Amino acid sequence: MWLAPITMTGTMTGTVTMINSFVLQAALAGILVAMAAGPLGCFLVWRRMAYFGDTISHSALMGIGLGVAFGVASLWAILITCIFISGVLLWLQKGNKFSTDTLLGILAHSALSVGLIVIALQDSMREDMMSFLIGDILTINIHDIIGIGLMMLFALGGLYTIWAPLLSITVHEDLARAEGVNVLRVKIIYMLLIALLVAFAMKVVGALLITSLMIIPAAAARNIARSPGQMAILSMITGSLSVIMGIMASSLWDLPAGPAIVLSAVILFLAGRAVPNHFRV
Amino acid sequence: MSKLTPESAPESAPESTRESAPVSAPESAPESAITGSQRPNRPAALIRLEGVCLSYGERVILDNVSFSVDPGEVVTLIGPNGAGKSTVMKIALGLLNPDSGKVRRARGITIGYMPQNIMIEDILPLTVRHFLMLRPGTTRDQAQEVMALVRVAHVADSPVQRISGGEMQRALLARAMLGSPDLIVLDEPVQGVDIAGQQELYHLISRIKYDKGCGVLMISHDLHMVMAGTDKIICLNRHICCSGTPENIHNHPEYHAMLGSPTDGIALYTHHHNHHHDRLGNVVGTDHHDRHHDRDCNHD
Repeated sequence: MWLAPITMTGTMTGTVTMINSFVLQAALAGILVAMAAGPLGCFLVWRRMAYFGDTISHSALMGIGLGVAFGVASLWAILITCIFISGVLLWLQKGNKFSTDTLLGILAHSALSVGLIVIALQDSMREDMMSFLIGDILTINIHDIIGIGLMMLFALGGLYTIWAPLLSITVHEDLARAEGVNVLRVKIIYMLLIALLVAFAMKVVGALLITSLMIIPAAAARNIARSPGQMAILSMITGSLSVIMGIMASSLWDLPAGPAIVLSAVILFLAGRAVPNHFRV
Repeated sequence: MSKLTPESAPESAPESTRESAPVSAPESAPESAITGSQRPNRPAALIRLEGVCLSYGERVILDNVSFSVDPGEVVTLIGPNGAGKSTVMKIALGLLNPDSGKVRRARGITIGYMPQNIMIEDILPLTVRHFLMLRPGTTRDQAQEVMALVRVAHVADSPVQRISGGEMQRALLARAMLGSPDLIVLDEPVQGVDIAGQQELYHLISRIKYDKGCGVLMISHDLHMVMAGTDKIICLNRHICCSGTPENIHNHPEYHAMLGSPTDGIALYTHHHNHHHDRLGNVVGTDHHDRHHDRDCNHD
């Protein structure tokens, strides 16, 4: 087993078995998040809404701050804030004056600023700022894993039910609507699934990096995929591989786990670019 | 396709449609409406717009627009840029609600829609076959059938980003054909396609119309050219300037007002443009047009 020698060289104290279970739990949680993030992220890149991931994760930061301020459990605070911000986006989109890109930029940074201020105002939270931003994967416990596992099943199940109409909307919204797709309903379900994913993934990669777990594995999968379904499945595999590589690197060289996972995903993306055409799926 | 002249309309009618294509109306008798003479007992309209108005704030987009499309009828909307053609189409499809006025669709009809030149991101791996099967409830056999009909079967497994402009327009037409629609709505179906491709598309559309007997509502991107076999032309410039058979329209002063040379009967032949076309045949720069138009055509 590769984990034993790695954890021996780690700087953490404690018995080998304890660290093993930390690392294993971290890897398991990360893989579960990556499995949900990949397919959901495919739609972000197809719909050119990479910024939406940022908007939601920044809203999550705001949710954590508000949750502590008002004494609400952080998971609920994150979910409510994310859903609220998604609602604001849908409402602003109706005005049609600015492009979605601009609206997302405005919302993302408003939420980020509110979140940073609310957190800075609370002495108890200021020290934890870094873990909100990049996650704290090694503190994951078994309850977190069960929660993330259920989230993953729910998110993938939900995405499966809206897969065909969402894909049709992605290609051409008016055409989908003319063919009888309930566009608003499908979009709202998709936004809720993203909010759900972000709320549960905060502990694993943090507010700054969760978008990358949605975008980069999806982009890496595009290099070899020939159909939307293939791309979704390959993004799950790429994301899971990134988590394993990142946590190995993190244990080996004592790196922060979140950024190590993201950089692993980038390496896989670059490797995918190098795959010659005739080897592609 | 045909020029908006009585002489050339039947001549350029496609082979397959020649029999049922409208007979040439002599110039002296422009009133012989094709639809009336061929179908005296017309069934109820597939779709009927009545007094449709729409404005965004102060800007009037559509003012009292009424028309209908009957089964087997080809209705072409023409008009300058910003005339509200696409808006009318969206209202007809139910994608947009008018401020006032009524849209009546025949009970239980299926409408096929072909949107204007569609852009699919490179990042989405999608074959032509898969693109067609995005329509809810489409089977592989149905997709194959429409691909054969519009002759894109040879690129069925190519990515949609890798096929030619003409092939893409045909694939879009195929998508509109799925589900055997009673009415097909086409938004500038030949835009961005070379002249041979335009002819091919128009042939396909007329063949589909005669084979399936469906109604056709389309926007033409060109003021001078419409598909051969068009039964009714509607000149739109926020309101309906004039409507009628191609022959009627040809002699209608409002049509010439829209072209920009109200007193010059030969505007059509001299190609004295009030606007310019870009490489793809799109009308660009219509500011001159508005000045001419206002003289004969009062808008508010």
